[in-house]
Amino acid sequence: MISRRWLLGLPLGVATLGGVAFWRMLGGMRQGTFDPRGLPSALIGKTVPDFDLPAQLPSAQGFSNADLHQAAAEHPLLLNFFASWCVPCIEEHDQLMALRGGGLPIWGIAYKDQPGAAADFIQRHGNPYQRIAADAPGRVAIDFGLYGVPESYLLDRTGIVRWRWAGAITADVASRQLQPLLQHYA
Amino acid sequence: MIPELGHFALALACVIAAAQAVLPIWGAWRGDARLMRAAPALAVGQLLALLAAAGALVWSSVVSDFTVLNVVQNSAAAKPLLYKITGTWGNHEGSILLWALILALCGGAVAGFGGNLPSALRARVIGVLGGTSCGFLFFALITSNPFLRVWPPPADGQGMNPLLQDPGLAFHPPILYAGYVGFAVPFAFAVAALIEGRVDAAWGRWVRPWALTSWCLLTCGIALGSWWAYYELGWGGYWFWDPVENASLMPWLTGTALLHSAIVVEKREALKVWTVLLAIGTFSLSLSGTFLVRSGILNSVHSFANDPARGVFILALLALVIGGSLLLFLIRGPALASGGMFAPLSREGALVLNNVLLCAICAVVVTGTMFPLFAELLAGAKISVGAPFFNATVLPLAIPVFAAMAVGPMLAWKRATLWPALQRLWVGALVALAVGLFSVVRWKLLPGLAFGASAWLVLGAVADIGQRIRFGAIGLGASLGRLGGLRRSAFGTAIAHAGMGVTIAGIAGMSLASNSIVLLHPGESTHLAGYTWQLDALEDGSGPNYSARIATISLLEKNGDTRAILRPSRRFFPLQQQTTTDVAIRTTGFVDIYAVLGEERDGGAVLRLHYNPLAPWIWIGALIMAAGGALSLSDRRLRVGAPARQKAATVTA
Amino acid sequence: MHRLLGVLILLAVLLAPGLARAVSDPAEMLPDPAQEQRAEEIGRQLRCLVCQNESIEDSGADLARDLRRIVRQRVAAGDSDAQVTGWLVDRYGDFVRLSPRFTPVTAVLWLSPVLALALGGVFAWGAMRRRAPPPPLSPAEQARLAELDP
Repeated sequence: MISRRWLLGLPLGVATLGGVAFWRMLGGMRQGTFDPRGLPSALIGKTVPDFDLPAQLPSAQGFSNADLHQAAAEHPLLLNFFASWCVPCIEEHDQLMALRGGGLPIWGIAYKDQPGAAADFIQRHGNPYQRIAADAPGRVAIDFGLYGVPESYLLDRTGIVRWRWAGAITADVASRQLQPLLQHYA
Repeated sequence: MIPELGHFALALACVIAAAQAVLPIWGAWRGDARLMRAAPALAVGQLLALLAAAGALVWSSVVSDFTVLNVVQNSAAAKPLLYKITGTWGNHEGSILLWALILALCGGAVAGFGGNLPSALRARVIGVLGGTSCGFLFFALITSNPFLRVWPPPADGQGMNPLLQDPGLAFHPPILYAGYVGFAVPFAFAVAALIEGRVDAAWGRWVRPWALTSWCLLTCGIALGSWWAYYELGWGGYWFWDPVENASLMPWLTGTALLHSAIVVEKREALKVWTVLLAIGTFSLSLSGTFLVRSGILNSVHSFANDPARGVFILALLALVIGGSLLLFLIRGPALASGGMFAPLSREGALVLNNVLLCAICAVVVTGTMFPLFAELLAGAKISVGAPFFNATVLPLAIPVFAAMAVGPMLAWKRATLWPALQRLWVGALVALAVGLFSVVRWKLLPGLAFGASAWLVLGAVADIGQRIRFGAIGLGASLGRLGGLRRSAFGTAIAHAGMGVTIAGIAGMSLASNSIVLLHPGESTHLAGYTWQLDALEDGSGPNYSARIATISLLEKNGDTRAILRPSRRFFPLQQQTTTDVAIRTTGFVDIYAVLGEERDGGAVLRLHYNPLAPWIWIGALIMAAGGALSLSDRRLRVGAPARQKAATVTA
Repeated sequence: MHRLLGVLILLAVLLAPGLARAVSDPAEMLPDPAQEQRAEEIGRQLRCLVCQNESIEDSGADLARDLRRIVRQRVAAGDSDAQVTGWLVDRYGDFVRLSPRFTPVTAVLWLSPVLALALGGVFAWGAMRRRAPPPPLSPAEQARLAELDP
């Protein structure tokens, strides 16, 4: 009889566990800690992949991973993949300008962009980038594990990737996630 | 005015549903005949109110009333009338209203067709349905109200997505929902039986038609969805193990198990606990599917506007309905007296095996679909589970099911011997083996297994009928006489099992499909599957709101005769800045010939050509299964059930 | 309903709208059919990361096209299946596999058919278990029985 009770109670037990789990998932989704659609970066804790890209604009300078490493030694820097054809990139641009104003060096890589279009974009929305490289074929982006634009990578002073954000950096993301990290790795 | 009336009707339906939930069950508990008799009236009242609400929403869409937010978001003045009507349920709020409407229809059906049920049972069933409806209507009114207004009304609506204007997509939801939601009735029967503390043969007989109806509709709904994906998506796929597809397959699997289990309850009064659990489980899976799709938790093409706030509400609803019924199951389950014994090798034993296997397949599908979520929640690991996993795990479980499907009907009740049953199937076994071996040698292992299984099932169904008319044992005339006298449910069973065989053959054929991707200039041709495919022309075309590029492809036989002409096209909608692809399909019933037009380059076009043998059989088989079910349903013996009892006696039932 | 479907099925040409998917380019296929076949099979096991539940072979997305090209490049360069998949996993993580590897975390997933059958077997055994026969009657009870039913 006891075992029969256990068997009869099993469905309720499973359903309860499932219910609690889904409740935690929903809570996590609202807080931003649980994202069923997000993809964690495979680069966290590693150095950036090797690359050497030309300049996107004549006025800007291209760069390689060695350049990044060198620049990061002075101050943690943000590597931002963007494109002129990408709508969320326009949304985050103001935030990038603000971060630049706050003293964060930002280096940009234009993903699959035409030179002229990128130049227009920079002219229209402002230039937060110290250097802008061109990844027209998009291969370097794949080496980074990019799956859309915009994406931003925070490098600490040893050149290791500590944080990756896929999507536009909003004020909320900047204050809640980026600023604490900048203080930590300053 | 009309939207306000619709809003009022929705609220009214919610109130009636609340009354429907409380009064009849109270009446059944107290033995109050008047309250119990009120149940059908309340159910019909709720149905009428919801019909009015749904009518108001459809009306608002048809006249393009842009003061209604739902119409603004999902419709537009220039939308064709058919899609204005069918688009009503193509969005979250409208689909919740459809859910509630079908639930109310279930209540109305029990009210209308449940005259032969004991008054107390009917009252409890309607009461449970009312409770579920009430929850859903509360959810609709509070978080998903389709009658929200907007003022001033915009000039036009935003919803002219050409992708959604398609007949298959338009009719897939109602049929699927009817199946999904229809399992609420067996659920209500199960909960009513638990409250009463009694499950008997009569209960089994009463539950079966309701389970069968829902099963037929769900089969059609799933098949329609699969067929739509096939002609829509352009590369000949028809089942992707997408989480939402899985969410419709899960109740189908347990619903099939329920159907078969109810037979054992009816015939032998055994497997009561199992059947009650399956009835609760099937509807629980339907409800959970709804939750997952609308909460944003699942990653899928089908996901509606994702809103975790709504998710919390549905989760609470689920906790009440599923948790409540399973708690009741735990408490009252032991009260269900166990029934007839049977040997492991018997018809009942075969049905138990069937149940175990179907539920195991369902468990695997559930695990595969949910695993990424739980892995991320518990272990922080980001893992994806896709088609390769499901194909690898479901197939080994499905094969024993197919093997048993032909043998089961041959076994006697209570205690059977295997050899005589197998002997009757020897023709089927031989042919299946031959077909299977031939296919393995000619092609590969998988088509071989599938074709073999298909032949086994179809011939098994024939053998089943043959055994019932004692073919070969008595004279031909006598056998034919018996054939005429066989009850419809016997034919229904055989036809449904054979239908499964047809679908498997279709799947096997599709696994042998060939395709080719080529860049052709007009006048050039290529070869595929023994035909010459020639691109005759690439022309411009246009429609009311689009411009198009149309390719004309001729399919030529070896001797140069034109077998078919296909016209795939690409349409560009300037207003939405969207391009859609029109697949061209030509079918003979045995083969689908399929062409897709891709990009154009240097005067030529990229074409994707498919030769899909037996593809139509996948969906024709599903239709045959549903037809078999419908035939069984039309069997009077199934529906009449126990004779109508005297009115006086039912009060104390 | 059946009739309508029957008409649709038997219709000579069935045209239906679908979102424009870039049909895979014949130019991106490898010249060696065996290698192309291998690349396709590898691709079928890889998830398109910007799509909902599609492999890179089935998807028309730009990223899928780029990844298909990379798979073919690596196959042509002589990498084994595991190496090609590993290259992508290094960059995108295990999520890019549509069929997860067997690890302690995924063990329960891969063992689920066996576990489900075992659990079902337990339930089935519970359903078919013979109830213990009632204990034999005591002499007093037997005497009573004899009284009632000579």
